[in-house]
Amino acid sequence: MAKYNPAELMITIAARNLEDGATVVVGTGGPCAAAMLAQKTHAPNLIVMFEAGGVAPILPSMPISVGDSRTVHKALKATTMDEIMGYCQAGMVDYCFLGGAQIDKYGNLNSTVIGDYHKPKVRFPGSGGANDLASLCWRTIVMTPQDPRRFTEKLDFCTTPGYLSGGDSRYEAGLPLDTGPYRVITDLGVYGYHPESKEMMLLSIHPDVTVEDVKTNTGFEMLIPEQYDVTEPPAEEELQILREEVDPFRYIIGRS
Amino acid sequence: MEKQVLKQGKGELFTLIDPDQMRAFFRQKSKRFENKVTTVKEAISQHVHDGDYIAVGGFGGVRIPAALLHEIIRQRKRNLGFSGHVATHDCQLLAAGNCFDRCDAAYVVGLEARGLSKNARRIFESGNLKVAEWSNAALAWRLKAAAMGLPFLPTRVMLGTDTFEYSAAKEITCPFTGKKLLALPALYPDVALLHVHRADVYGNCQIDGIIIADDDIAKASRRVIVTTERLISTEEIRRDPNRTVIPYWLVDAVIEVPYGSYPGNMPGEYFSDEEHLREWLEVEKDPQAFAAFLERNIYSCQSFFEYIEKNGGLAKLQALREQERAEE
Repeated sequence: MAKYNPAELMITIAARNLEDGATVVVGTGGPCAAAMLAQKTHAPNLIVMFEAGGVAPILPSMPISVGDSRTVHKALKATTMDEIMGYCQAGMVDYCFLGGAQIDKYGNLNSTVIGDYHKPKVRFPGSGGANDLASLCWRTIVMTPQDPRRFTEKLDFCTTPGYLSGGDSRYEAGLPLDTGPYRVITDLGVYGYHPESKEMMLLSIHPDVTVEDVKTNTGFEMLIPEQYDVTEPPAEEELQILREEVDPFRYIIGRS
Repeated sequence: MEKQVLKQGKGELFTLIDPDQMRAFFRQKSKRFENKVTTVKEAISQHVHDGDYIAVGGFGGVRIPAALLHEIIRQRKRNLGFSGHVATHDCQLLAAGNCFDRCDAAYVVGLEARGLSKNARRIFESGNLKVAEWSNAALAWRLKAAAMGLPFLPTRVMLGTDTFEYSAAKEITCPFTGKKLLALPALYPDVALLHVHRADVYGNCQIDGIIIADDDIAKASRRVIVTTERLISTEEIRRDPNRTVIPYWLVDAVIEVPYGSYPGNMPGEYFSDEEHLREWLEVEKDPQAFAAFLERNIYSCQSFFEYIEKNGGLAKLQALREQERAEE
C-alpha cells in the first residue's frame, strides 16, 4: 500500500468528492490542490472559480492568492467578485470548499475571533468570502485537521453558516432552500450530516483510525451510525499526480 | 417603515447612505476633460484628509496601489475609515502606519496562505478600533449599491450568523416573495485608491485580468486617485472602448507609477515578491526591528522608487517579470 501523509490523504479524498462537470469555488491551499487533482484525474471538466474573479482557469501551479495571475491562467473569463458571487446566489455553483478555525456539530464555522469579540485573544481574518459561499453555493465541503478544540461544542463566533441550530433553522433564517454543509474531510475521517437533525455524522473512517480516535478528537457528540465505511486510501496514481503535477514544491502537502 | 425591518446588526455604520446627497455631489463634480496628471505626494495631500473613509482597489496582494499607501503612511494620515475588502498587504500597510481607527472588515489581518500579520493583529486585538463585520460579497455589493445610486441592495448572505449580528446590515422581508433578505447599506467612500494597467491623462482606465470591485469602488467614491503602470493616449483608449473599466469623470488624479503594485502581483506584468512579503511578516514580530524596517522602507524614502531600489531594484523587478511570464 502507498505511503501518504494526512494532507495528502485529505486532498485526495476531497478531490474524489468533486465530480466531472461540476462548478466549484475554491480558496488557496488544500481546497485548490483538491480541485487541481480532480481535474487531472476523474474530472477534467470541473469548472473552478475564484471569488476574486477567475473563471475556469487551467491552473499552471498553485495560486498564492485567490486573486493572483494563476487564477486566470488560460481562463474562460476574468471578471469581478460581484459576478462570481452573483453566480453563487443565482444557484449556478455546486460546491464551495472552505477551512476554518472552529467548526461545530451543525457545520457552522468560525474564522473571526477566539475569545471575546471586543477584546479577542486572537483576531483572524473574518469571513472573507466564506460566509457568502457557504450561504449561496449548493453544497459546502470543509477540509480541516481534526482535534477537540477545532471541533467544538460552541463556536466563539459564528462567521459562516452551516445548519445554524439544526433542523430547518438554516432555511428559516432566510438562507436559500436546499443549500448547506455536505462533507467535512479531516485527517481522521469523512463526515456528513443527519438528514433531519442536521448533526454531523461519521460516514467513513480512515485506515488505522478507530471510532475512539474520532470521539476523543471531537468536542461535541459525533453521531456514529451502525454502519460506516473505511476510507479507500489514496492510490499510487493519485499520489503521483498530486506530488508531481499539483504541488511539486510541496507547499501544501508538506515535507513529511 | 421600521416594521419592515425584522432584525438589525449592532455594528456601526461608518458612512452616510443618502443617495440624494450623493447625487447632488456627483452633479456638481466636474466632468470636463482636464489633464489630471499629478504626483503621488500631491494627490495624497490634496485628496486624503485625516478622518476620511478610504477604499483600496485590487485584491490585497494583487494590483494594489502600494505607492499611494506608502505616501499615506509617510504623510502620517490619521483616523481614517477603511473598507477591508480582502485587505491583506494593504491592511498590513495601513496598520503599520497606524492610519485608521475604524474598519468595515470582511477580510483583514491575514495575508491569505502566507499567514497573519502580527502588527495588524495587535491593532485589531487592542479593543481600540471600531470594527463592523461583513463578508466579501457584502462589501462588494455595498459598493455596487452606491455605484447604482441606491441606498441598499437586498441579498441572501450573512443571514443567521454572528457576522450579521456584528454588522450594520438589516434583515427585511421581500415585498414580492415574502422571503427574508439581508439589506446591505450602500458604501460611499470619501476616497478611492486604485492601481491600473493603463490610463490616459484624463483618467480613463484600462485593467487587465480580474477587476475585483475596482469599477464599483470608482463609481461609489467621492474622489478617486489612480496610479497607472503606463500613461497612454486618449486615442488608444478610443480605439478599443470595450477596454475602459473606469471612465475619466470619476477620476480626480492620475499618476504614472510603474511597478506601483510592488510587492503585490500585477497581472500580466510582474508576480508578487513573496520573499519580501515574508520579510514583512517576519520583521513585525519584533517591534524594534519593525520600527527600523518602516523607517528604512517608508519614512526615509523620498519616493516609492526608493523603496523598490532598497529591495532589489531593477534586477528584482526583472526577476518578478520573468516569474510572471514563466507561466504564460
